[in-house]
Amino acid sequence: MVDICFYFQVHQPFRMRHYNIFDIGKKEDYFDDAKNKEIAQKVANKCYRPTNQMLLELLEQNPQFKISFSITGTALDQFEQYTPDVIESFKKLAATGRCEFIGETYYHSLSFLYSRSEFLEQVQMHRDKMKSLFGVEPTIFRNTELIYNNELASAIEELGYKAIITEGTEKILGWRSPNYVYHPKNCGKLKLLLKNYKLSDDIAFRFSNREWKEWPLTADKYANWVNAINGNGNCLNLFMDYETFGEHQWEDTGIFDFMRHMIPKVLEHPDNTFVTPSELSLQDAFDEVDVPFTISWADLERDVSAWLGNTMQQSSIAKLYAFETQIKRSADPKLIDAWRKLTTSDHFYYMCTKWFSDGDVHKYFSPYESPYDAFISFMNILHDLKLRLGKHEEKLVVSSEGKVVS
Amino acid sequence: MVMKVLMFGWEFPPMKSGGLGTACFDLCRGLTEKDVEVTFVVPKLPKGMNSDFAKLVGANQQVKIREVDSILSPYMHSKSYAEEYEYLDSNMKDNYGKDLMAEVDRYTRAAALIARKENFDIIHAHDWMTYEAGLIAKQHSGKPLVAHMHATEFDRTGENPNYDISHREFTGLAGADLVIANSNFTKDNVLKHYSVDSEKMRVVHWGIDPENPHYDIGEISPFKDEKMVLFIGRVTLQKGPDYFVKLAKSVLDFEPNTKFVLAGNGDMLPRVIEQVADMGMSDNFVFPGFLKGEDVHRAFQMADLYVMPSVSEPFGLVALESVKNGTPTLVSKQSGVSEVLDHCFKVDFWNIDEMTNKVVSFLRHPELSQSLSENSKIESDKFNLIEPAKKCIDCYNEVLSW
Repeated sequence: MVDICFYFQVHQPFRMRHYNIFDIGKKEDYFDDAKNKEIAQKVANKCYRPTNQMLLELLEQNPQFKISFSITGTALDQFEQYTPDVIESFKKLAATGRCEFIGETYYHSLSFLYSRSEFLEQVQMHRDKMKSLFGVEPTIFRNTELIYNNELASAIEELGYKAIITEGTEKILGWRSPNYVYHPKNCGKLKLLLKNYKLSDDIAFRFSNREWKEWPLTADKYANWVNAINGNGNCLNLFMDYETFGEHQWEDTGIFDFMRHMIPKVLEHPDNTFVTPSELSLQDAFDEVDVPFTISWADLERDVSAWLGNTMQQSSIAKLYAFETQIKRSADPKLIDAWRKLTTSDHFYYMCTKWFSDGDVHKYFSPYESPYDAFISFMNILHDLKLRLGKHEEKLVVSSEGKVVS
Repeated sequence: MVMKVLMFGWEFPPMKSGGLGTACFDLCRGLTEKDVEVTFVVPKLPKGMNSDFAKLVGANQQVKIREVDSILSPYMHSKSYAEEYEYLDSNMKDNYGKDLMAEVDRYTRAAALIARKENFDIIHAHDWMTYEAGLIAKQHSGKPLVAHMHATEFDRTGENPNYDISHREFTGLAGADLVIANSNFTKDNVLKHYSVDSEKMRVVHWGIDPENPHYDIGEISPFKDEKMVLFIGRVTLQKGPDYFVKLAKSVLDFEPNTKFVLAGNGDMLPRVIEQVADMGMSDNFVFPGFLKGEDVHRAFQMADLYVMPSVSEPFGLVALESVKNGTPTLVSKQSGVSEVLDHCFKVDFWNIDEMTNKVVSFLRHPELSQSLSENSKIESDKFNLIEPAKKCIDCYNEVLSW
């Protein structure tokens, strides 16, 4: 018996505009609305619209098919603003009853590593958003970029979630297989769902790679790999970026046709079924997994070095969180909103210098010419935000003094 | 069988005033390491500069130097040639032609004689002054000619070419069997200005000598509380010294505790010094003049940031020297080096606001300095003398196979 669990990650950051030192103290619009709109519409056309449609058809044609999504608050905000029909199409998927929504931080942030209070607030904001848009309250949690450790699992159990998702890397599994349900160390009932990175990445990264010895990947071949798990595992977690479909793997690679054929093909095997993460979390835990260090689903290292590996990243994020209390004390929704949008992990990813010379994937996803440009814009915006905060506090002092006088 | 190259150049260490001499010298070293024999034809400069160049190249003696008496030096236009000519003793004057073109022609004739005596498989000529010599050698020997373009006349003059020179460039490029440009930037410039078949053009980016002992002198900044921003280069239109001055003015509005060091000589220097004084920046500027050899490296090690605001920089070897010295670098996008160096700032030379943004941010945030310095130093390890030499040999083999 293999329970197959699809989870798709949907995310778009609020990209900052090129903000230079001449803008400090003068411009309060930190985010590149034009570019964000353009990208939202482009990705909606290439991915969100056609893939939602394809999944809706697959759900209609295959009563046993099930899927799940984690959609960030920053992505939803942009859909509402630029492509409201995309929200509607997600609602249609939700209405099938076979599409689950997973919880995460609203801003796709690294807040768990920097501020527990901000983390809890962002998780709650995301819960509220899920409820208001889709009428559901997530029972499964995934942290930004599947960043995970024992401490996070404990915090998530305290919040009442049934299961948490992370990467099925050998770093934490050793010889064990990701194709079972586990439970995190130090937790009671909380389950741990682990990504089968091989079979996930065959679709997400390798599908169109002509150098790959398995190219071209056919529905038959893939279904055979899935069937082979029978006897060696109880589940198969296929976790990937939703933008895989149509955006990372273009339509002309045949990715949509592959999915249309692969799902019914997999269902031909009598022991295969699709499940949602919450259904999967009902399985008994096979073993305990101890993760005393922090992992993620990124790169070969499976660590957080893509966001926090160099001094620019470490210093800028520390400076951002250093004035959390001050920002919140201002109670100015505009300042708090701007500050929170800066917590999005992408801004730190753009500053990554690890693979910059290789023209690797990191470069492809960056709106900046270089990691140094990303750092400069970020620091200039932070500078301006501090100035605004200072002005705001001055006003408060003046008005309170005014009150005393009157 | 050992490949033999007859190479025409117009400067060679220790007589050089720019990057070309270094480039030719380094290329010869790279070629000899790959067992290629080179005969290098170079104008012999007066003023007692007749040291044994061959010793510089290496003990294996695979490079023979053939000198032609001449007062030619690169980056020389008719006016500066005339000035140089004036300084010569009257009895020496008879030995040299009265104008630049006559001098080039004299070099060409002498080179033709050398070409007849030498035994070689292929001819390699560097920049316009030697192109005709290359063509004549080709005519005499029937061997193929590779013309190397380090800088076009349009780069040197800001698109106001001397037509005599640009005509010589055209003739050389047209007559060559294969043309090597030192960057895509140069290649595009050539294709823009000359009708050369792009099929016969190749790009070979330069490298630097990783063994140079001057990288580790460990010089420190002479300024106590001020950061130092450095310009090194000929103070001519092409190198954009006036943009460096404008940048300084703009940066000082934000970070007044900054020193700008403008090292180099050139026709624009008096004007630049005047400009700096007029703008009230004399206290923030230092003009150490022309630096060479070890002093160049010392200057890099003293500086916090090197700025190369060139209007048109066919390659820009100096930027590689800078990062090799651990000094973060800002280069104009109008340069060849920006094609191969990732860990640096890149800005359009005319975009003073963006340059200011980057320089001020650099001065404010030590994280930038640390990251750029670390990463560019690692990146600089990929530059050496063997790679460009190998690519040139590939070009030779390609031409010889035709």
